[in-house]
Amino acid sequence: MVGGLFIIITSQNYLKKVVGLAIFQTAVFVFFVSLAKVLDGTAPILTKMANAYSNPLPHVLILTAIVVGVATSALGLALVLQIYKNYETIEEKEIESLELKSDK
Amino acid sequence: MFDIFLDDAPALVVVLPLLISAIIAFMPSKIWPWIFSIITLLLHLFLSLHLLKEISVSGLIIYEFGNWEPPWGISFKIDGVNIGLQLLFSIFVLVSTFYSRKIFLNEIDYRDSGKAYSLWLLAVGSLNGIILTNDIFNLFVFLEISALASISLIALGAGQNRKALLAAFNYLIIGAIGATFYVIGVGFAYAMTGTLNMNDLVIQLAQYSDGQLAIFAGMSFMLIGLMVKAAIFPVHIWLPPAYSYAPSAVSTLLAALATKTILYFFVRLLYEVFIIYPSYLSLFLDFVLYPLSLLAIFIGTVIAIYQDDIKKLLAFSSIAQIGYITLAFSLKDHSGVASGFVHIFNHALIKGGLFMAVGYFAILYKDRVTLNSLKGFGYKYPITSFALLICGLSLIGLPLTNGFISKLYLFQALYTNQMYFSIALVAVSSALAVVYFWKIVEQMWFSEIKFKSEKEDAYIYLPIWIVTISIIVFGIYSTPIIEFSNLSADYLISGYQN
Repeated sequence: MVGGLFIIITSQNYLKKVVGLAIFQTAVFVFFVSLAKVLDGTAPILTKMANAYSNPLPHVLILTAIVVGVATSALGLALVLQIYKNYETIEEKEIESLELKSDK
Repeated sequence: MFDIFLDDAPALVVVLPLLISAIIAFMPSKIWPWIFSIITLLLHLFLSLHLLKEISVSGLIIYEFGNWEPPWGISFKIDGVNIGLQLLFSIFVLVSTFYSRKIFLNEIDYRDSGKAYSLWLLAVGSLNGIILTNDIFNLFVFLEISALASISLIALGAGQNRKALLAAFNYLIIGAIGATFYVIGVGFAYAMTGTLNMNDLVIQLAQYSDGQLAIFAGMSFMLIGLMVKAAIFPVHIWLPPAYSYAPSAVSTLLAALATKTILYFFVRLLYEVFIIYPSYLSLFLDFVLYPLSLLAIFIGTVIAIYQDDIKKLLAFSSIAQIGYITLAFSLKDHSGVASGFVHIFNHALIKGGLFMAVGYFAILYKDRVTLNSLKGFGYKYPITSFALLICGLSLIGLPLTNGFISKLYLFQALYTNQMYFSIALVAVSSALAVVYFWKIVEQMWFSEIKFKSEKEDAYIYLPIWIVTISIIVFGIYSTPIIEFSNLSADYLISGYQN
């Protein structure tokens, strides 16, 4: 989780920022799934063997969140592509210096 | 036969725009997507009015999706808190969609208008979902749909200025971090209580009456996530570039409604759920939200004075105005919350009107509107300029406009809480607002260059004037706004005192 945030904040490359975001989100998803574990629990399928079931709800929530995460990453990558087409670079510093030049 | 639909009105106001958005996405025509959107939003308004009628009879509607009872299924809740906002939302979206047609035709490729309106309806549907939902995880989904739709809409501004892409990208990264923080908070809350429904959450939280560290951590994560999304100072940095480089119609929608709906949910979470820990709540309100609001008011206004670009100026003034709203919400009593809601309503109208007028100028001028480019516009385009003048005076808070009502109620609330320092600061900041607005007026009416008046497009100035007239009407006859706000405060604060 912290690793993903660290990448987002420190990296100068927009592509790396998107990747950092994906790592950050995935870490939170894993946190959610780990909440669901019940000791000695099995998958929530009705059988005679099981005496405890893991909670399926967090998995369902995370399924939704994964879809949201995919959409976020896809949109982020599409924006990076467009930025590259317009600026021919995706380095934050280079774009800033380009913008400073164009403002003058 | 309509009864079948009317029973499902709470769901339909959200689902209808989302469905139609999928239908119009690939229409190549430049007029049909707009017509479809207008029809959808007329139906939306009709459904909202129906909800108002039902609420005035029953006072509370809980809509269960798939008839699953609340702790298990997702539910929508409509009561006195959100019905006023729902109505404002419905009306304002209709007006701004009417306004957006000519603006979109000028600012983006007409072949894209199907996609643009598809995203527009997506944003409308999901923002409406934020207003109605009663489920904290469902809120995250709506939050992300609306964020992704508005990011794409902002990126459409790249046809005008490529900086729009950077603004959209920054919004994406910062917004996604905010939303993920919110989800972490939801995770903690779920781990401790096993529920996601807001009403049930209150009941379940009550068993930890002395409070648990995990719950406080979760609550803090949720609040910080929402603060990022609502652009509360100091996590507002995504907002000014996003609003100023977006296509003008999009800035109108976002500035007027997007942050407002999230602020609404923020206050609902505070006063409906977290109220169960009064010590935590007053710690957050007194030592986090209150000082941050004061800083937002002061710094937002000062930065706005130094802006040359008009849309940026308006965006920074939005930061200050959000500060007024959160200042009111941090007061913990009926008058404070009511005045916060009053300002949510009024500021939506004011900022909407201002962004509409500036957006029209941007099209007439065919470039970004800076202070210099406004020279003589007061004579060149008198109809729109006059509307801009009235909206601006309302932003400052002159009598006979609705901005005055906001300031009046805010002062009253601050006075009853004996916060004289805040009163002074709000007054100073209002005076500073005169400075930046006067710079605009000076360029428009008092520069040497004189133009003859030119023809203006009725399709564009009509919606602007609808908003402007409503500003004056609500400035003189403010009862509806006051009543809706008092109703909201009644519902939220009655829980607080129990």
